[in-house]
Amino acid sequence: MNAETKKLRVATTSLAGCFGCHISFLDIDERLLDLVQLVEFDRSPLTDIKTCGPCDIGIIEGGLCNAENVHVLREFRANCKILIALGACAVNGGLPAQRNHLSLSAILEEVYHAQHGLVDGFIPNDPELPLPLDKVHPIHEVVKVDYFIPGCPPSADAIWKVLTDLLAGKEPELGHGLIHYD
Amino acid sequence: MNKDVTFALSSAGVGESVARGQLDRGGVAMNNKPATFTLDGKTIPFSAGQTLIQAAMAAGVYIPHLCYNPEFKPHGSCKLCTVKADGRHTSSCTHQAQDGMVVESDTKEINDERRALLQMLFVEGNHFCPSCEKSGNCQLQATAYEIGMMSPHFDHFFPDRPLDASHPDYLLDFNRCILCSLCVRASRDVDGKNVFALSGRGIKSHLIVNAKSGRLADTGFSGEDKAAHVCPVGVILKKRVGFAVPIGSRSFDEQPISATPHPGPAAATLPPHPQGACPVGPRSNAATLPPHPTVKDV
Repeated sequence: MNAETKKLRVATTSLAGCFGCHISFLDIDERLLDLVQLVEFDRSPLTDIKTCGPCDIGIIEGGLCNAENVHVLREFRANCKILIALGACAVNGGLPAQRNHLSLSAILEEVYHAQHGLVDGFIPNDPELPLPLDKVHPIHEVVKVDYFIPGCPPSADAIWKVLTDLLAGKEPELGHGLIHYD
Repeated sequence: MNKDVTFALSSAGVGESVARGQLDRGGVAMNNKPATFTLDGKTIPFSAGQTLIQAAMAAGVYIPHLCYNPEFKPHGSCKLCTVKADGRHTSSCTHQAQDGMVVESDTKEINDERRALLQMLFVEGNHFCPSCEKSGNCQLQATAYEIGMMSPHFDHFFPDRPLDASHPDYLLDFNRCILCSLCVRASRDVDGKNVFALSGRGIKSHLIVNAKSGRLADTGFSGEDKAAHVCPVGVILKKRVGFAVPIGSRSFDEQPISATPHPGPAAATLPPHPQGACPVGPRSNAATLPPHPTVKDV
């Protein structure tokens, strides 16, 4: 493969997100065929590769709600030249961060123990389970993030615009209709 | 020596601008031509006593603003409408236009500062647009779109601000308050009810309800009040109409705020959410669990 046709390597992951942003990414539909001419995927739910190797672009959906999220985010930052926060949760914590004004122990009690209909419930404490963080954080509070695509989810057109701008070597820009926080 | 310096400063600076402002720059130029200033190179006419933002709006030129509403006396607090007038930063909602003034507004320098102000407003409150019934009709959000705010940039405060759903027809969601004081001004100056006030200082400033209980239900507030219709964000919300207009079809989905000369705060609301502390069950294993890490521990 010569330099002209060398594909950019892209990794994606969903941390404290709902995979809605990935679904919206897939909503670029037949433009995916154009995209795979230009990029190849590293770690991603689309490839099922489990660890992130050296990449040109890393795309992070979701914020940080547990210790594993932080480790994965740092792995992406260490390996990706450009890191993109995709969607409201990565940008500002989003829906999961709405627990931040409650104490985590009160939430766990409510969900696993005190809620109506639970009998002998207990709060899961398996060593394999990543520990929840006391608060949910957007990713820019932990690592440097190069670009942000807000939205819940960002539209396929917004994602396509940012990716094609980057692939063309331009600063990505979302005008009216593409920039949305909702 | 000191006296000389003071005199020199005042004659070159303040003294000159007062003289020019009062005598020949206040609305009608000496040669009886209509008074004008330039805004980003465009000539803007004005009449005596008009502020920069009033004259700009009358000429159809948008200057970003949040606490300014043409129906009310300016408050000058949000600083979004800051412009450079003859090279000096000033709030265009409080600064009177003067003949020959050179004003800059839509420049990279000023928009960068506006973006930082917006980012601070976003991180100081809890602004989760996807779950806000005001989304699409919100001036804070629309202004952030206009200025191209792609991220909140700063660390979030995630403050704890309980709702007030006590009133039968209106909900207060303090999470979104930007302290513009429009509801305070409307309730005091138009409704004559003094339902709202800003309390505390600095980062502790917050909106309060003027009742012994602190609850909206215990005031004379009603949906007929001006104060019910001036909130530029999603604090004062009419109940049971939240999604009558779906997200995606709202004012600023249709056109940017810069193309909406007088953005009317459209009332849009959600039904109240149940509040209350989570009950703790009798057989909790919470005490046996390891402490939850903060993001700094990982």
